[in-house]
Amino acid sequence: MNHRYSRQELFSPIGKAGQQQISTKHTLIIGMGALGSGSAEALVRAGIGQLTIVDRDYVEWSNLQRQQLYTEEDAINRLPKVIAAKSRLTAINSSVEVKAIIADASVEELEGLAHGVDLIIDATDNFETRMILNDVSQKLGVPWIYGACVGSYGISYTIIPEKTPCLVCLLENVPLGGLTCDTAGIISPSVNMVVSHQMSEALKILVGDFDSLRKKLVSFDLWKNQFSEIQVDRLKKSSCQSCGTERTYPYLSFENQTKTAVLCGRDSVQIRPSVLIERDLETLERLLANHEGVVQRNPYLLSYTVSQHRLVVFKDGRVLVHGTKDISEAKALYHRYLG
Amino acid sequence: MGVVVNGEFMELPERVVFVSDMLRHFDIHEKVVVVEINGEVLTRVEHQSTRLSEKDRIEIVHFVGGG
Ligand SMILES: [Zn+2]
Repeated sequence: MNHRYSRQELFSPIGKAGQQQISTKHTLIIGMGALGSGSAEALVRAGIGQLTIVDRDYVEWSNLQRQQLYTEEDAINRLPKVIAAKSRLTAINSSVEVKAIIADASVEELEGLAHGVDLIIDATDNFETRMILNDVSQKLGVPWIYGACVGSYGISYTIIPEKTPCLVCLLENVPLGGLTCDTAGIISPSVNMVVSHQMSEALKILVGDFDSLRKKLVSFDLWKNQFSEIQVDRLKKSSCQSCGTERTYPYLSFENQTKTAVLCGRDSVQIRPSVLIERDLETLERLLANHEGVVQRNPYLLSYTVSQHRLVVFKDGRVLVHGTKDISEAKALYHRYLG
Repeated sequence: MGVVVNGEFMELPERVVFVSDMLRHFDIHEKVVVVEINGEVLTRVEHQSTRLSEKDRIEIVHFVGGG
């Protein structure tokens, strides 16, 4: 018997009983960028029982400055983030069951993955996914912890179904544009601070200490030396479509889902087929080899570079078109080379 | 008037009367924000109708999406 959790057990609000609780819990992390990497490592080190990680992207050089689970080799090999993360997380704690899902976390995926989970950690980079996550949380009664950061600024809030306001209550109407794509950059201390807020709340939930939750919307700016907390209970609306008395879960309905998305600050467009398909990357590689561009393939994705564009095709049918922010241009390239 | 915003004392110009004027003054009126005045959180509609007073303690949190 080793003592890997002894220091956490000595911390009296957790103790041996709390540690036992943590080891039986299942957490889902949506997004494995900077926030997701931090949270996943914290949960695995803390001895979570099961961890499911979902992400649609692969590792790039610009990630390495703050996404703590990834290495240069992962960027060179363009490994999907969840694959690279899983191997690192398993090396850190082999007793944790880590499930890696390469997918765009949309309605069907999230509803399926959130089933039977004890807690969901938000580590996405967009409000579209958060709104779906918010509805799924309310529908299944699973708590989730919002977290986001930009530059030296960060924000977090813990949403407990039937108790606190939900994200829709706080945002009222969501001006989807402008909130996600930011050119302000990001420094790793902001990431770590958001992760610290999210993980403290997560540990409280996992050991069942709900009374100790912060219960406030928290934000900080590490460069401007500011910190702010607001008690937002009063913003819970009984008329809310997502958490109110006559809820409709508007973000789970098909009409509210987009099939294309411009990725945050990446000069890239994601195209998602309207039906779930599985692409045979080997066949595709042979087909594209007859064209003028350059094809590269690993077990998870295929990359096709042609003039100033690069198309990255995933097994689940999604395609990232790099080198454009124009959805119609991206679609044209998609149809030209991939049918 | 003199108010405290996120823990820092500052002077607001005379044209700032309502909370919504203050958000415009800080150039964050197009962001999604939650505002608290003297410990009481405001709904979005109340941003238009809530007058600021001398020595108000104001907390402003704006939402961001990055991760
Ligand atoms: Zn709500």
